[in-house]
Amino acid sequence: MPLKAKELPAPEILRAESHPMKRYLRTDRLPHIWCSACGLGTALSCFVYALDEMQLDLDDVGVVSGIGCTGRVAGYVNLDSYHTTHGRAIPFASGLKVAKPKKKVIVFSGDGDLFAIGGNHFIHAARRNIDITVICVNNFTYGMTGGQFGPTTPLGSRGTTAPYGNYENPFNLPYVAASCGAVYVARWTSLHARRLKEAMVEAIAKPGFTFVEIISPCPTNYGRRNRLGEGIDELRYYAEKSVIRHGANPKDADLYPGSEILIGKFVELERPTFLEVYEERVMKKNSGR
Amino acid sequence: MPVNGILSGVHFMNGDEACAEGAIAAGCRLFAGYPITPQSEIAERMSYRLPQVGGVFIQMEDEIASMAAVLGGAWGGMKAMSATSGPGFSLMMENLGLGMMTETPCVVINIQRGGPSTGLPTLVGQADMMQARWGSHGDYGVIALSPSSPQEAFELTIRAFNLAETYRLPVFVMSDEMVGHMYERVVIDPERIETVERRKPAKPPEKFLLYEPGPDLVPQGMPLFGDGYRVHITGLTHDERGYPVIDAETQNRTVTRLKEKIAHNAAQIISYEERDLDSADIVIITYGIAARTSLGALELARKQGLKVGMLRLTTVWPLPTTKIIELAERIAGFVVPEINLGQVVLEVERVVAGKVPVRCVPHAGGDIHQPEQILHAIEEVLKDAA
Repeated sequence: MPLKAKELPAPEILRAESHPMKRYLRTDRLPHIWCSACGLGTALSCFVYALDEMQLDLDDVGVVSGIGCTGRVAGYVNLDSYHTTHGRAIPFASGLKVAKPKKKVIVFSGDGDLFAIGGNHFIHAARRNIDITVICVNNFTYGMTGGQFGPTTPLGSRGTTAPYGNYENPFNLPYVAASCGAVYVARWTSLHARRLKEAMVEAIAKPGFTFVEIISPCPTNYGRRNRLGEGIDELRYYAEKSVIRHGANPKDADLYPGSEILIGKFVELERPTFLEVYEERVMKKNSGR
Repeated sequence: MPVNGILSGVHFMNGDEACAEGAIAAGCRLFAGYPITPQSEIAERMSYRLPQVGGVFIQMEDEIASMAAVLGGAWGGMKAMSATSGPGFSLMMENLGLGMMTETPCVVINIQRGGPSTGLPTLVGQADMMQARWGSHGDYGVIALSPSSPQEAFELTIRAFNLAETYRLPVFVMSDEMVGHMYERVVIDPERIETVERRKPAKPPEKFLLYEPGPDLVPQGMPLFGDGYRVHITGLTHDERGYPVIDAETQNRTVTRLKEKIAHNAAQIISYEERDLDSADIVIITYGIAARTSLGALELARKQGLKVGMLRLTTVWPLPTTKIIELAERIAGFVVPEINLGQVVLEVERVVAGKVPVRCVPHAGGDIHQPEQILHAIEEVLKDAA
């Protein structure tokens, strides 16, 4: 029996001079713009804890974002960070990676940015197996523009441009990523913070095109219109409905109102990266010139 | 034989191939593009040549992605470029705006064909000149060069890279199908090639501001990915730190400088060729392939005893306004042939401001002018002036 919001113990207030992850954040940019109970704070938090665990030289990590609420992540991390145009984070990141092959390039963006306006770039970057990590915060809506339906909005859910309910079939993101050739595919929710952080560590460490989907609440613009309650109620929903099944066929990861949320690590395989193949098949033919 | 990767000696090549060789000579090491006629020879040549000099050729899924990858590559430290034609140029406008706003050095070559839309894929046009000037939304200054021969395609591509590094913006080489596919002698002397390298940040990270302009209004050096400056690059209106600031005051400061940095440095950017200007009553102002036909018209006119000169723009944007005003004070009129229905002529008219007649010699595209058409326009202007 899950706890109701009012029965939860009051959170312990931690006293500190500064944020424990300060060195990863542009503290002069805080407070952030995200709404209360939005999952983006958790997603960003997991990301900086993942970086901390990996002990990477922070000059070796770059973050590229598109446009939207998630797109603002690039503005808050104390890394070389690139806030690009709507949908174009992946091709920008591809150029950045090619120029600095030894560095880690991470794309942090939302479902509309990566899979509607940027969908073509996603599928081709996965096909090429360009060595970047794509972290998609999927909140099923265009939050920043006011709650329009998007490429992952479940059939029947409401958005400001779907007042009668969404009438389009949504993408199953892990299935899209796996079909196009991603070498690592995982899905977690913003409730599963520890596992999400571990997935980020694995995805960032693994060479090739790696993908992590984060199911995340947008109480302001999605939850409210679909009567999902407060942010905490959405997390409770995740707790009730999530089913962890590592190695599951991503084809089975469809989401629809009331469905179980299949989460876990679905794909982990080896495939030479774009630059490895380029080196082997192109550059070696020109060595000694 | 290439010396340090740069081709040298005397070659027979077309304008597209000359652009590619110019890019290699300028130090370009990343080409991101998408196939389109009539620029394909550039991409093909780059796919062959870049691996020989340790560079990367990446064929993207469209021109939107190509332009994004060029910008990413530039922030990663590469001299990067793309090449396209009309429809692809249209797709690039979004990320060209990002390049202008983030002051990213790179080069975009447009081998112009007839438009609008799919238009004339295999035939000449010059109707993207105003698109180069105003194509992406918002205000910004631009630099657009225009070659009239393969030799000049080689040289102006190098210059485009140098201008991009000096003034921190995407620079256009506005060639056309006819120059692109024209085979001529191209002479390359690597000893005489001058290149401009990227300016490193003038200050250490703790004192450095990403967009603090110098006296030339250009940001003082560009930190690359991994240099330790922890840059934040955004297409949002930003302050000198690069942080988004959404207000009218910051917008005015930032965007005005994007425009002014070109106007302020125009004297160093502008380039043109003068022919018979001293003794001219009529001056032809033209560029690119239209200048080749105009030369024929000029010779026909001189044979008839008409005093005609030519101002051939190798930098079209910014326009050499001072030079045009100076000419307007002492000649009878201008004739402006271009393979569009009147684009650069609009700016010439604005600058001349009614002092003397300015005659447009339009051509909708698909072919070049006949010299007689231009000669006829010259005669008309002389008749009006008499």
